[in-house]
Amino acid sequence: MTTEMLQVIRTDGTVHGKPEPPLPEELLRRFYRTMIQVRALDEKGMLLQRTGRIGFYVPSGGQEAAQVGAAAALEAQDWIFPTYRDPGMAIWKGASLTEMIAHEFGFATDRCKGRQMPNHYAFKELKYVSISSPIATQLPQAEGCAMAIKIKGTNEIVLGCMGDGGTSEGDFHVAMNFAGVFKSPIVFYCQNNQWAISVPLKGQTASESIAIKAKAYGFPGIQCDGNDVLAVYKAVKEAVDRARSGGGPSFVEALTYRMGPHSSSDDPKRYRPAAEEEEWRRKDPIDRFRKYLQKQGIWTEAFEKETWDKAREAVNEAVKEVEKAGPPAVHTMFEEVYKEMPAELAEQQRGLIEYLKTGEIKDSGEAFPL
Amino acid sequence: MATLTLLQAVNDCLKTEMRRDANVVVLGEDVGKNGGVFRATEGLHAEFGADRVIDTPLAESGIIGAAIGMALYGLRPVPEIQFMDFIYPAFDQIVSEAAKLRYRSGGQFPCPMVIRTPYGGGIKGGHYHSQSSEAYFCHTPGLQVVIPSTPYDTKGLLASCIRGEDPVLFLEPKRVYRSVKGEVPEGEYTVPVGKLAIPRAGTQVTIVAWGSMTHIALEAAEKAQTEKGISCEVLDLRSLVPLDKPALLESVRKTGRVVVIGEAPRTGGYAGEISAIIAEEAIDSMEAPIVRVTGFDTPFPYTLEHAYMPNAGRVLKAIDTVLNF
Repeated sequence: MTTEMLQVIRTDGTVHGKPEPPLPEELLRRFYRTMIQVRALDEKGMLLQRTGRIGFYVPSGGQEAAQVGAAAALEAQDWIFPTYRDPGMAIWKGASLTEMIAHEFGFATDRCKGRQMPNHYAFKELKYVSISSPIATQLPQAEGCAMAIKIKGTNEIVLGCMGDGGTSEGDFHVAMNFAGVFKSPIVFYCQNNQWAISVPLKGQTASESIAIKAKAYGFPGIQCDGNDVLAVYKAVKEAVDRARSGGGPSFVEALTYRMGPHSSSDDPKRYRPAAEEEEWRRKDPIDRFRKYLQKQGIWTEAFEKETWDKAREAVNEAVKEVEKAGPPAVHTMFEEVYKEMPAELAEQQRGLIEYLKTGEIKDSGEAFPL
Repeated sequence: MATLTLLQAVNDCLKTEMRRDANVVVLGEDVGKNGGVFRATEGLHAEFGADRVIDTPLAESGIIGAAIGMALYGLRPVPEIQFMDFIYPAFDQIVSEAAKLRYRSGGQFPCPMVIRTPYGGGIKGGHYHSQSSEAYFCHTPGLQVVIPSTPYDTKGLLASCIRGEDPVLFLEPKRVYRSVKGEVPEGEYTVPVGKLAIPRAGTQVTIVAWGSMTHIALEAAEKAQTEKGISCEVLDLRSLVPLDKPALLESVRKTGRVVVIGEAPRTGGYAGEISAIIAEEAIDSMEAPIVRVTGFDTPFPYTLEHAYMPNAGRVLKAIDTVLNF
C-alpha cells in the first residue's frame, strides 16, 4: 500500500489543477490574514517569554496553513478538541487576541483564571475545548462528544486534533477504534510535524504514513500537504462533509514541519540537522500561499504591508490591554474545583487568606479582584 | 416500599433517573443486552435502547474518555467500569481530565458524570477482582468519591450524583451486592452527598467505616455490646470526598476512642487520612490512640482472602485496645 499526498499548490505557488470548488477571493485573503496573525502572535509570544514577561510559550511556526485550513473547513456549530499547538484554529473560530494573550500572562482576565500554562486555551462559546498537556487525551473525549451528537441527531461534527507523537498513545487507538465501531461524526486530524520534541517520526511509527492507520479502524484516511492551506482545506472539508452527512469518521494527516522549537524550553539544535530546517524553511506555508495569491492576482505589496501591520498592531494592542490587569487574587485558587466549594476547601481558603495577612507572600491580585 | 438488594437498588436508580432525564446515558463493557456482569444494568437496554445503553469496545480509557466528551456536550453519562481493578487504564482520564476540566477552563467546561464501579474483597476474586483503591482517587481535587453501604443509600446517593454538577467515582461494595437487603422507596428520591450516617449510636467507642466495612463494624459493635457490654457508635462515611468532618469530630469528641476500618492496604490508605484529621482537630478529646484495622501492605491474596480482610474479630480486638489504653 502506498499513500498519495494531496497537494493543490506547489512550493513555487503554481497550481495542480483548480481548487474545487473555486474559493471566493475574500476567503483566500482571510486564510492569509489568519496565518499571518498566528505568526505575529508567535513572534510576540516568544519575545514575551524571552524577556521574562510570560513563563512559557508554544510556537506554531510552519504549521499555520495546517491550523487555518482545517478550522476553515468547519462550521460555527462544530467542535474542536485541540492540542496546545492549534492557536490558528482558535483565531479562525473567532477567539479574541486579548483573551488569548491574557491567557499567556495567566492574568485575572484570563478565561482560565491563570490556572494553566500558556497556550492551553478554552473558549466555551466557540466549542474550542479546554486543552490539556498530556498527549492525545482529548481524542477519546472528542469521540464521546461525537457519540453524543449522533445520539442527539444534530448537524454538528467534531474535529479531534493531534500531532504525530499523539498517534503513539493508547488514547489515539482507543478513540479511532470507538469511532469506527460507532460510525461517529468525527474527523481525526493529525498535524504530522515530524518531530515529537526530539524524537523523529520514524521513532514513533513504522507505518509508511499515519493516514494509512485509519484503514485498520474501518474508515478512510488521507494525507495532505500540511503546508498548503488549500490542500488542507480540501482534505478536511471532504472529511467534514462525510461526517455531517452520516458517512462516519475520517482521518486526515497534514504533513508539515515544526519550524521552531517544541516550546520556549526546547532547543532543536540538540537533535535536528540544520539542513533539514533550512529545507523546510523553503517550504514555509505563508510564503507558498503568498506566491499563489500573487499568481492569482490577489496579492499586492500594499495588502502584504497592511496585513502584517494590522496583525502586529492587534497583538501589541492586546498586550497593552492585558497588562492593565494583574494576576488573579489568591482566593480564586480555591474556586471552581467543584460547583460548590466544599467546607474543607473553604477552611483551607480561610487559612491561606489568614496567612497572607503576615505579608510573607503577596496577594498581588488584591489590586485586581476578579 | 419494596425490599431490594443493593444491586437492585443500583438498577432501580438507573431506571428511575433515565426515565426522569433523557440526557442520562449508560456506557461500558457488557452493560447492554447482557445487563452488566453483575446485572446492575439489567433491562435498561430493552427499555432505553442502544443509543442510551451503550456496549463499548473493551477499553477503559475509552469508556471514561468518551463519557467526558458526552458530559462536555451536555449529556449526563454514567459509565461503568466492570471491576475497580480494571480502572487504571482510565486513571489519566479520571484524575487529569474529568476532575480538572472545570477548574482548568475557569468554569467553562464542567464535567458532570458518575463512574460506577464495583470494588472490594470478600468474593474470592483474587488480586484483580477485589481491590479497594479509593485512596488514589480521594487524593484528586475535583473528584467526589461516594460509597454507599445500604440499598436505600445506594439509590438515593446515586441519584444525587447523577443530578450533581461534578464528576463522581461511585464505588459499589460488591461483597454485599446481594447479601444486604433493605426497603427502598419506589420512584424518585435523593440522599445528599457529604453527610455521613450513624447506623448505630453509642457512647464509648467510635467505629469509622465505609462501604462493606460498615457491616463488619456493625457486627463487631453488636458483639461488643452483647458479649462485653461495650457501647460502640458506628459511622458510615458514605462519602469520602467531600467528608462530613463536623459529624465525624462530633462523634469522636463524645466517645474519645476511635477505631477506623478500611479494607485497603494500610499505607497511604484513607483510614490514615481519617486518623490524621482526628489527631489534628480532636486530640484534646482523645482517651486513647486511634487504632486502624485495615488490609495489609500486600497485593490482594486469592486463597488467603479471609486472613487479609478486616473482620469483626480484629475490630473487637481494636476496641479492646482503645478501651484498655
